[in-house]
Amino acid sequence: MSREGTVVRDKAGFLERRKDRRLGVLTVLVVLGLWEAVGRSGWVSPFFLPPLTQVLLSGWEITRSGEVFSHLAASLWRIGSGFAVGAGLGVLLGVALGFSQKADDAIHPLVAATYPVPKIAVLPLLILWLGIGEASKVAVIGLGVFFPVAINARAGVRNVDPLLVKAALSLGSGRWGVVRKVILPASLPMIFAGLKLGVGIALLLVVTAEMIAAESGVGFLILSAADLMQTTRLLFGIMLLSGLGLFLSWLLGRVERKLIPWRG
Amino acid sequence: MRTVVEGVSKAYDHPKGPQTQALGRVDFAIEEGEFVALVGPSGCGKSTLLNIVAGLLAPSTGRVRFHGASLNGRPRTAVVFQDLALFPWRSVEGNVRYGLEELGVARRDRRRRAREWLALVGLEGFEAHYPHQLSGGMKQRAAIARALAVDPGLLLMDEPFSALDAQTRMDMQLELSRIYEATAKSVLYITHYIPEAVFLADRVIVLTGRPGVIREKVRVDLPRPREERIKVEPRYVEYLERIWGLVRGVGGAAEGTGS
Ligand SMILES: Nc1ncnc2c1ncn2[C@@H]1O[C@H](COP(=O)(O)OP(=O)(O)O)[C@@H](O)[C@H]1O
Ligand SMILES: [Mg+2]
Repeated sequence: MSREGTVVRDKAGFLERRKDRRLGVLTVLVVLGLWEAVGRSGWVSPFFLPPLTQVLLSGWEITRSGEVFSHLAASLWRIGSGFAVGAGLGVLLGVALGFSQKADDAIHPLVAATYPVPKIAVLPLLILWLGIGEASKVAVIGLGVFFPVAINARAGVRNVDPLLVKAALSLGSGRWGVVRKVILPASLPMIFAGLKLGVGIALLLVVTAEMIAAESGVGFLILSAADLMQTTRLLFGIMLLSGLGLFLSWLLGRVERKLIPWRG
Repeated sequence: MRTVVEGVSKAYDHPKGPQTQALGRVDFAIEEGEFVALVGPSGCGKSTLLNIVAGLLAPSTGRVRFHGASLNGRPRTAVVFQDLALFPWRSVEGNVRYGLEELGVARRDRRRRAREWLALVGLEGFEAHYPHQLSGGMKQRAAIARALAVDPGLLLMDEPFSALDAQTRMDMQLELSRIYEATAKSVLYITHYIPEAVFLADRVIVLTGRPGVIREKVRVDLPRPREERIKVEPRYVEYLERIWGLVRGVGGAAEGTGS
């Protein structure tokens, strides 16, 4: 031991987490670089893995011709309307179930029984009922978004701190005031958690539905490229989906920060 | 407004096993403009009693009555809860405005009155902050302003300072007695901290252990405005010792001396 004695060291130091965005960007760049290198090396046929630059080039062509935008617009429209319908009904039902024990006793078993059914399995039935057009696609997305939103909204309402409800009652609120001014804002964070799950599901379902029956959309773009063995277009379609997913969760994050400013 | 608690008791049902008799039968009154402190050991039913007076819990026996002129729609009681229960999604000013909205006060007046109350509790400049951005003492002040803003007939406070550090607690006691002396509200104040009860109250009601019944009602004849230096006066110390004795079960029949 030295003359100064033993200096205390921070044993918990390794628990500290410091965020470094540059690392994430670096990883993406390295993967893209590897892709390009492997594609050019001749180790694999460009039919299986064309280099990144070729994929981007083919993407640029269909972007310039406007084809990409019509596919993107078709997919976005389906996601948007399916999401709006599913999330709207999900919030309504979830809040109702969370608030009324009677409604919950009556309806929750039905929800629990239908929730685990993979929604894509219902698509053929929806096509049978609603036709091959837009309605069946919007419906399957709506169905997929509906469940996580409803279940989260129900949980959010049920978990509202009863003390906050008491505070509102003591300040003169009636039942409706409690629902509108306490229960709804208090369950917003949970509802948003449900919406975030819903975005992922909507993306999954839109692509699947477009692969099964569509003449437009990013899913159709990918499948038709595969049919024609155009690997570059196929890979560009996949990159589009990655971008679309990032964009949608960014959008939802913005809305969330706007609506829930009290969460730090 | 005068508040009368008549034969109130509470037993909680349990799904399995016997009921919990939380509160025995208690009778007392709170006069218009009086500050009554209720002291008793943890678990003796103080919060239960406060919730009954607030109309948030039904008593097993007895009732609570309010006497006096109509309050024109203002609530009979407003509560400062032990855990504050500030609305996290509302700013400080939004919290104080809450009750005014429910009262139907016009938008412009709500804002003005909320700001007046915030100024009174010393929260000027923090109107736009959210509760999570405030220190414990500031949250406490916000909760007090929120309850006072609806101008209730009786202010109910459930151990509001128990989560504060000693220094802040002392400051808040002074602040509260200043606010009480400025507004002349009736107050029912719950605490298990006897020096606080004696410092703040006109009358201290001592409850026994669970199920709580009234052991003694002690009138506190100390001058107002209450200032920090009364805490070293012999009379204050005598009250402390007497009430300590009552809480520990020494002397004092259920007969109210000087109630
Ligand atoms: N909702 C409840 N259900 C069952 N028992 C309760 C409930 N609330 C309080 N109690 C019991 O009643 C007794 C008194 O509680 P409380 O009024 O909170 O006491 P205090 O505020 O004096 O500490 C305690 O034994 C507590 O466990
Ligand atoms: Mg308590």
